[in-house]
Amino acid sequence: MLKLEKRPAPSRMWMALAPLLAVALTMITAGILFSFLGTNPFVAIRTIFWDPLFGEFAFYYRGQLLIKAGPLILIAIGLALGFRAGIWNIGAEGQYIVGAICGAAVGLAFYPSESVLIFPMMVLFGALGGWIWAMIPAILKTRFGTNEILVSLMLVYVAEAMLASASSGWLRNPDGQGFPGSRNFRDYAAGYNNFLVESAGIHWGVVAAFIAVIFAYILLTRHLLGFQIRLTGESPRAAKFGGVNPSILIVVCLGVSGALAGLAGLFEVSGPAGQISIDFNSGYGFTAIIVAFLGRLHPIGILMAGLLMALTYIGGEAAQGTLGLPAAAIQLLQGMLLFFLLAVDVFTNFRIRLGRMETA
Amino acid sequence: MTEKTKTLLSINELTKAYPGVVANQSVTFSVSPGEVHALLGENGAGKSTLVKMIYGLVRPDSGTMTWNGAPFEPATPNAARSAGVAMVFQHFSLFDALNVAENVALGMGNPPKMRQLSARIREVSETYGLPLDPDRLVGDLSAGERQRVEIIRCLLQDPKLLIMDEPTSVLTPQEVEILFETLRKLSREGTAILYISHKLEEIRSLCDEATILRLGHVVGTCKPAEKSARELAEMMVGQTLHVPTREKSELGEPVVVMDNLSVKSTNPFGTSLKGVSLSVRAGEILGIGGVAGNGQDELLAALSGESRTAKSAVLLNDQPIGQLGPNERRRLGLLTAPEERLGHAAAPAMSLIENALLTGSIRENLTRNGFLKWSAAEDFANRIISDFDVRTPGAGNAAQSLSGGNLQKFVIGREVLQRPVALVVNQPTWGVDASAAAAIRQSLLDLAASGTAIICISQDLDELMEISDKFAALNEGRLSEPRATEGLQIDEIGLMMGGAHGMEVAHVEA
Repeated sequence: MLKLEKRPAPSRMWMALAPLLAVALTMITAGILFSFLGTNPFVAIRTIFWDPLFGEFAFYYRGQLLIKAGPLILIAIGLALGFRAGIWNIGAEGQYIVGAICGAAVGLAFYPSESVLIFPMMVLFGALGGWIWAMIPAILKTRFGTNEILVSLMLVYVAEAMLASASSGWLRNPDGQGFPGSRNFRDYAAGYNNFLVESAGIHWGVVAAFIAVIFAYILLTRHLLGFQIRLTGESPRAAKFGGVNPSILIVVCLGVSGALAGLAGLFEVSGPAGQISIDFNSGYGFTAIIVAFLGRLHPIGILMAGLLMALTYIGGEAAQGTLGLPAAAIQLLQGMLLFFLLAVDVFTNFRIRLGRMETA
Repeated sequence: MTEKTKTLLSINELTKAYPGVVANQSVTFSVSPGEVHALLGENGAGKSTLVKMIYGLVRPDSGTMTWNGAPFEPATPNAARSAGVAMVFQHFSLFDALNVAENVALGMGNPPKMRQLSARIREVSETYGLPLDPDRLVGDLSAGERQRVEIIRCLLQDPKLLIMDEPTSVLTPQEVEILFETLRKLSREGTAILYISHKLEEIRSLCDEATILRLGHVVGTCKPAEKSARELAEMMVGQTLHVPTREKSELGEPVVVMDNLSVKSTNPFGTSLKGVSLSVRAGEILGIGGVAGNGQDELLAALSGESRTAKSAVLLNDQPIGQLGPNERRRLGLLTAPEERLGHAAAPAMSLIENALLTGSIRENLTRNGFLKWSAAEDFANRIISDFDVRTPGAGNAAQSLSGGNLQKFVIGREVLQRPVALVVNQPTWGVDASAAAAIRQSLLDLAASGTAIICISQDLDELMEISDKFAALNEGRLSEPRATEGLQIDEIGLMMGGAHGMEVAHVEA
């Protein structure tokens, strides 16, 4: 008989090992799944995880890696701060969209200005848009005790409706022959988030993501606010005794995660996506939740997890193209990654015993 | 107490181990019909595990039990109950929104009609001197009356053996006397009673035999009436007890003053404070007694700043602080140590360094411009560990890895070392072994001698008598007039705690 037994203290070895094991289990299970779909599992796994980095076309894919990872990391860092404190912002996708709309709208309002202030202003309003969208669940929670999970999630659908109306209505390109979608920022130099190093895929959003990682790391390990965040997550009552004001913490955590998600949206819409269109958002806000947990809510872990998740996006697309795997199979793979992580996580706090316990 | 030759329950070499700890190691003893048998031991001595095995909640790893000479291996509490074992737990399992009879019926496999059951309850409760109205809502009952519901629930099963786990921790001295009358009557009728406690005087007055447990082993048996409380304590602890001492010192000006403070409890099941007034002078220890749940947590929160009050309802050195939060009060020198160590006074999974930072950041200067001074925090944690003899491999260990007594020493030490102007502690020695408790009391006495005003909230009356200059009791959110501890009689204390809470007392016929 198998029996789960609580460990006296969480195992450090398992904490480090769990993500690696989860990746391995995902590869194995996904391989089995792919073989049912009639694809050679070894080729499929190699196409997804190996070729983008070291294959024939790696020079192209490697640049893509940071383009995809940048927004994921930027959003996940913000989410992780809240998650650490037990504040569950599930609506980063909505904050991402609203940030993109706000920033893009401000930029497009000045079209065709050539001022160097346009792009910084767009960045500012992008962050502001995400922040405002996150303030709605924050204020409702602190004022009326509503559940931030539900409110932030529901606001994603409101944001999607706003996106639809913006791209086909008030932000539609006046010179676009009636097609939905805003002006393309590629044709608007003052508002374009151009590559800083094109071959590596580095644009301002990627820079922002790296800064966020460093900033979050210092905040969590060296600053009183980071200590209060961790304390609140560990033990809300002890935090209150220690002088933490829970309402302020909710507002700060949701605000920061909203602003970072808004930034990610702005960098995406003004750079790789190029324009506000009804589907420019590719679910980064939701995938970032996986990234945050895969990275153990730790800034360095999130950096790695963001890169890994970006790899599955790129490899997945490649596998769709070359092997004909369905898109759903890739989403399944990403879901499995989180599933296995959570499953393996049990061993951090528990160990398995066989049969009845021996007498001491 | 007539037939002592027959054995009702005998326990043979019972052993039970949990990961990392042996709860019971070859425990052997026996109980005869009508005997009141005490299981005496400190927290963690293995008393609860032992009775859980008898009650079928836990299976022993090895060893045997016999019941009236036949092998006894209850797999479930139901099996134990049908054999005739009944148990009153320390924590009640009653529904507030149901009345007494309904609560009793819920525990029965096949309850009779409500009217019959009510009649039975009335009959049993009067026979045993525990008057109880079957139609009253449990939510309206005092802790003592709730315990009566649990006892009557047991008595309806006509038990041969009644197990009582720390029954007096929720009772005033008067209520304890009523309970003891009932237990003595049960014993005369032949019901054996297994009485778990660490209160020595109670055991001396009630019990015929005692089995003393320490760290899972039986370390002795005795007839408690023939031993002094001190001898029993030393058997229980295994070492000579150090009695805290204090030097008489001059009392200074009033430091903490509460003026007619009323606070509504934020917890729907909490107790609101009603018109609490008190004054503690520099160098003075005010002991606040009372049965748990009479406003202790709320009083601590009002002092710590976790709940805000009217500005001038709380004064520290004549400065109104009622509206200030915990950290602002710390800055002014009012420090607190709550009752619950894990999850309130300390964050369980965080290290001792981080927990030192939890309350020490302001007075010990552990931050600079919002950035943490980790090495200073570590020094502070190490200072607490060495000054207060906290047993741990290092300050980097998580708070939850410490034993209760060691963590309590850490929590008290953390506040004491910050040289408080005033210190409020709630249950400073709850669940702490006797030597650690003595050390904590000594540190409070020393702190008072150095001029700190101390408020000590506790349910342990002996502790309060030992260390406090003045005594007051909380009863349903009201604080009695504080009186000098010296010369205070136990029945006076009982009355301050609310007497028998207006419970009717029926006379037990002899």
